[in-house]
Amino acid sequence: MSLRRVLALGFKEFLQVWRDPRSLAVALLMPLMQMVLLGYGVSLDIRRVPLCVQDQENSTESRALVEDFVASGWFAITRTLPDNAAVRTAMDREQCIGALVIPVDFSRVLAATGQAPVQSIFDATDTNTTNIAIGYAEGVISLATADFAARWEAAHGTRPTRVGVVDFEPRVWFNEGLDSKNFIIPGVVAVILALVGAQLTSLTISREWERGTMEQLISTPVQPIELMLGKLVPYFAIGLFDAAFCLAAAIFWFRVPFLGSIVTLALTTSLFTFVVLGIGYLISVRIRSQIGASQVALVLTMLPTTLLSGYTFPIDQMPAAIRALTFIVYPRYYVSILRAVFLKGSGVAELAFPMLALTLYAVFIIWVAARAFRKSLD
Amino acid sequence: MSAAPPSVLTEGLTKIFGRFTAVDHIDLSIATGEVMGFIGPNGAGKSTTIRMLCGLLRPSAGRAVVAGFDVARKPEAVRAHIGYMSQKFSLYGDLTVRENLRFFGGLYSVRQSEMAERMRFAITMAGLEGRENALVNTLAGGWKQRLALGCAILHRPPVLFLDEPTSGVEPEARRRFWDLIHDLAAGGVTILVSTHYMDEAEYCNRVALIDRGRLAAIGTPSELRGHALGGALFELACSPLGAALAALHRAPGVIEANVFGDRLHVLLADASAAASLHTLLAAANVRAEAPRPIAPSLEDAFVRLVTRTRRPEAAS
Repeated sequence: MSLRRVLALGFKEFLQVWRDPRSLAVALLMPLMQMVLLGYGVSLDIRRVPLCVQDQENSTESRALVEDFVASGWFAITRTLPDNAAVRTAMDREQCIGALVIPVDFSRVLAATGQAPVQSIFDATDTNTTNIAIGYAEGVISLATADFAARWEAAHGTRPTRVGVVDFEPRVWFNEGLDSKNFIIPGVVAVILALVGAQLTSLTISREWERGTMEQLISTPVQPIELMLGKLVPYFAIGLFDAAFCLAAAIFWFRVPFLGSIVTLALTTSLFTFVVLGIGYLISVRIRSQIGASQVALVLTMLPTTLLSGYTFPIDQMPAAIRALTFIVYPRYYVSILRAVFLKGSGVAELAFPMLALTLYAVFIIWVAARAFRKSLD
Repeated sequence: MSAAPPSVLTEGLTKIFGRFTAVDHIDLSIATGEVMGFIGPNGAGKSTTIRMLCGLLRPSAGRAVVAGFDVARKPEAVRAHIGYMSQKFSLYGDLTVRENLRFFGGLYSVRQSEMAERMRFAITMAGLEGRENALVNTLAGGWKQRLALGCAILHRPPVLFLDEPTSGVEPEARRRFWDLIHDLAAGGVTILVSTHYMDEAEYCNRVALIDRGRLAAIGTPSELRGHALGGALFELACSPLGAALAALHRAPGVIEANVFGDRLHVLLADASAAASLHTLLAAANVRAEAPRPIAPSLEDAFVRLVTRTRRPEAAS
């Protein structure tokens, strides 16, 4: 293998990208746009859940409970309704996704027994949002309960025998909003790199075929492996730039706590970038039209990456067969690496498995690329 | 003649695409420093042959040895010893003259110490001084072709394959290009050049005529002119032409008679029969001047050769 030829190819490719505004746009603007769209769009955070209230009692105690919901910041009271039929109508009109029903004897029962039921009704058409909203509601109520228990103790000298407006469940749902962002943003970075990286290199070979420059190129002594490495050099630089941009956005803009080391991050990111560009290159070798290659790259990377990388849909909860399938979805390794590096501060030793998997992928790509490209017009 | 092995040798070289035989058992031998012209109609198999010689297409049968290396077994060694200009212009239009040269110099592993000198040589040769930093897309056709030649010879290849290098280039630039070809050949480079311009065949040491994938004839331009016709060619001014043609077609010793403008071209088996033409035509009430011997153009020769080689097929 000749380093001279690799560098000659790399420099040529760099000049071509540099002089082509469209390539530059894909290389530099696409990650920015996707970071904004996915970073803000894909979030499990739910704030100001529209909530209706049917307060049948309208006492000091009941109004205080409603006030607790508003004060939490998670709920916004959109309607105060007279009966269940009105709740149904409000949900149909999407004026709220949940309703809090406080019974007519709420404060009386509470004062007498130290425990009073309230009802919450949720629209479960969007199960994800609803689950989270229920969690928030439970949180608000458990706080209210703790507060009530303290007041009861002050008044009666003993704790209430059966504590709780509802059964107390010590969940850390209040951290959920924070957690979901920290959990998702590193995944978003992985997804963006997988999509952009494959797009970058998917056109590199088909462009030579379409412009007629390939015939001259393969009449030279250049070897397939040199062609691949040379072609990847400039895109590797661009890919790392994109990665640095997205990771910086995650840390400084989205404020995801970063506990790991920059070295580990750089090492794993380089490895993943190589794999991603290599996949795009293989697509490019196989498909001779630029449009076709771009489409295939999009389909091959978009679906597996968004669905099976575990960046929003937890891999643990997938059926066994699908879970097995995720092992070939290379972004999953980088998603788990990024989460571990960001949130747990994991080093190379802890990341041995996903790094090994990505390394195997890299070796596999080099092996295939050296064989897939035939210097022939046949 | 010479004990030196030929630079390019093909034996029964054949290429079949599906059910179409593009190149059909071509035998060629090109000596070192020779300029061999490849002439033939479009689709005759010229490009396919050249591509096989460059290792870009695998021969279906037969073999080819270029610069001492078998194209099927050692294609990489062949590639390192050849320069190739494909039929379609295939440098990078979005790169400058200098960047293209540097790129191909890198691919051919031209030594760094030699690179500056080789680039200067290519730029001077192509007449591109002062345009080193121009994007190739902005150059006119003749310059592009000469730059492509410059890129193909950076590594001093002993063998050069040029596939219709002058097509679409204006006459002045074509002439200049042929000067370059002869300079290179004088330096010992073996050159196989295809063209569909008949006049360019005259510039070649030898010419191979390819038709329907077969080698129809091979020889120096004068050999082809002389022997290809199998007779002596005369020009005849006479009238009326129709009656003259009819009489000549019946006459013994006349191989062929064709209308060329307002005259006839008559091919006779024996030049001495020309004297008797006058009496023969007078008998058919044709007024004729004395037949004038003419040197056939290569085009005459090729038309004749192609009709002759195709005839057995047409009969079967």
